[in-house]
Amino acid sequence: MKSSKLMVALGAGLLLAVSMSPALAQRTDINVGMVLEPPNLDPTGGAAAAIDEVVYANVFEGLTRFDSSGAVIPALAESWDISEDGLTYTFHLHSGVIFHDGSPMDSSDVVFSLERAMAEDSTNAQKGLFAGIESVEAPDAETVVVTLSAPNGLFLFNMAWGDAVIVAPESAENNATNPIGTGPFEFVEWVQGDHVELAKFDSYWGEPVALDQVTFKFVGDPTAAFAAMMTEDIDAFPNFPAPETLPQLEADPRFTVIVGSTEGETVMSMNNGREPFDNILVREAIAHAINRQEIIDGAMFGYGTPIGTFFAPHNPAYVDLTGLSDYDPERSKELLAEAGYPDGFSATFHLPPVATYARRGGEIIAAQLREVGIEVELINVEWAQWLEGPFGAKEYDLTIVSHTEPMDIGAYANPDYYFNYQSDEFNAVMEELNDTTDPDARTALLQQAQTIIAEDYATVFLFQLAKTGVANAKLEGLWANSPTQANDMTGVHWTE
Amino acid sequence: MSDISVAAERDDNLWAAALQSRSFVIGVLLTIVFVIAALVSFFWTPFDVEELAISSKLLAPSSTNWFGTDHFGRDIFSMLMVGARTSIAVAFVAVGIGIGLGVPLGLTAASWRGSLLDEMIMRGNDLVFAFPALLIAIMITAVFGPGAVNAIIAIGIFNIPVFARLARGAALSLWTREFVLAARVAGKGAVRISVEHILPNILNLLIVQGTIQFSLGILAEAALSYVGLGAQPPTPSWGRMLSEAQTMISLAPHMALFPGLAIVFTVLGLNLMGDGLRDVFDPKTRRSRT
Repeated sequence: MKSSKLMVALGAGLLLAVSMSPALAQRTDINVGMVLEPPNLDPTGGAAAAIDEVVYANVFEGLTRFDSSGAVIPALAESWDISEDGLTYTFHLHSGVIFHDGSPMDSSDVVFSLERAMAEDSTNAQKGLFAGIESVEAPDAETVVVTLSAPNGLFLFNMAWGDAVIVAPESAENNATNPIGTGPFEFVEWVQGDHVELAKFDSYWGEPVALDQVTFKFVGDPTAAFAAMMTEDIDAFPNFPAPETLPQLEADPRFTVIVGSTEGETVMSMNNGREPFDNILVREAIAHAINRQEIIDGAMFGYGTPIGTFFAPHNPAYVDLTGLSDYDPERSKELLAEAGYPDGFSATFHLPPVATYARRGGEIIAAQLREVGIEVELINVEWAQWLEGPFGAKEYDLTIVSHTEPMDIGAYANPDYYFNYQSDEFNAVMEELNDTTDPDARTALLQQAQTIIAEDYATVFLFQLAKTGVANAKLEGLWANSPTQANDMTGVHWTE
Repeated sequence: MSDISVAAERDDNLWAAALQSRSFVIGVLLTIVFVIAALVSFFWTPFDVEELAISSKLLAPSSTNWFGTDHFGRDIFSMLMVGARTSIAVAFVAVGIGIGLGVPLGLTAASWRGSLLDEMIMRGNDLVFAFPALLIAIMITAVFGPGAVNAIIAIGIFNIPVFARLARGAALSLWTREFVLAARVAGKGAVRISVEHILPNILNLLIVQGTIQFSLGILAEAALSYVGLGAQPPTPSWGRMLSEAQTMISLAPHMALFPGLAIVFTVLGLNLMGDGLRDVFDPKTRRSRT
């Protein structure tokens, strides 16, 4: 009697175990949290970082790509040969690559993509990447020959950007809403204001991915992001917007907190084309009025590295120039007096909708500037307004933003950029850099460039944005650092 | 002589009745605390609210910082004092707009009741009234930009129909009374009757409603600031203090607790005071309630 009861109990337990095992099976879907929703999904037709954060390496691939350390590795191009003079690059493409619509990818698509990006009427946000290309030819279906007008040490690096991905002529026009690439995930749906869903592409040419479904959910509000993490609605939030909650999340065994580096130089721009910021003394005065550590502690809760120029501190070519603009309010007041503003002045300060560095940081900066007599009016704007006014029309006095593109110091050579900064000396260095392939010479030029903008006080260099990511502890393969704007899901998998 | 003593006696009765109502006394005391905090903040606060001290951020309440410090190291008690000023200013002017525009509109409508003018005024009021108040406020601040002034206008506009309706309703019942008839027989025009005879008789209603609208105005200002459309930094505002505290609630609960309590007690105080005033002014409700 007793034993039969035990048998029944055991049998029931076994049944339960059997019926439960599918539920215990490894998960193959993931919900990834993002703060900003992309304006479109075409990385060749927009500057927004959020576009690449959805599609880079997941949906679209280029000839080369960045890996998690920022190194350039082969992607659609299996290998390449560079001519002696550094002018001709011969790319050998992978065979059997097909687009998500079923059409094969061959050299004609590469020619189309590069020529489209280079074209006069191209809408590519980074046309500079393609500027040195003289011609693109396709001798056969799996070979592409790119000829440069001058040697360019950064060419393979340039081809790894999200803006240089390979698209198909028949689908390129619709990529903004229905992206068709060659990546391991294909686009399923985009519910505006909520999420973008991707699914595993079964005919992917490369190593198959572990995940079947990737959903990017857009949660702009830091409080909502924290709640979504705690309720496990979101499995991974690579750029978590509420650094103040990280200690609490770290203490929770369900989550891991991943703190890494990004390419995000956070700077306060001073409109160099407007009075009084066209005066270098005023710019230097503002730089000395700002206490970087206070901003990092107060706005970012300690996450961030002070920078003295527009360059990532983890880059070997970085020069520490923070001493040029150390916190010294007395010096700042002297400089203001010397510039003709002994009683200070007033200015506007446009803050984009980033709760941490912009909104909180803006308040801290305003208080610090008030100390030296500069009265700042804070103006909160949405991204669309910011892109149109301060960024597009250069209508601003002061504004703050984090520049997350890799190696983007060249922006200071762009006369149309919203900094309104002009320096012939800097432009000459950048030009020389473009023609230099020798690594040591390049490093020297980059350091020279960093020093010029720091000595010109072109912008106020605040800090390098840290990557503060939160993820489910059972997830593996997420990038720890952000060498480019991306949420590469190809290596991500669940451990149990 | 006798007239004055009768009036004085009536006033004494009113105050005696008022002071016997416990909720009225509590309401008045809470309101006084709130007003005093705002007034004192013009001359003195324990700490400067515009100066940040990041090194002493998120400190728990102590003898130095009675209510603790926020994420920028500012003293929360000082911020609440200055925030009270913002709340009062916004709510006061907004109620002023409501009374200043709403009451004349209501009296006009009542004077020419049934006319096209009456219809136009009251249907216009219905139109404004049909929108939820906060929705109008968000619309106005979205169009004209966030800031304390626009918040005042927004809250003021939704106060207009409240007072217009109240004034019209109360005036209509007075227009049928004998003393108004007497005034008409004496040859007084509609405007003069409204000002000299109707208005003094509906004043108590307006004061009661004004108190209620004042507390609603404080809530509305807090709500607008909470979503970032009210007073802009560095001006402290209770609503914004709450929204900033949100993500830090597990780290520093006092950051949310004290602004929350400030809003609760202020609104509670004003509502109790309004209730008490209504009881005092209207003997009928006083009798029916007891």
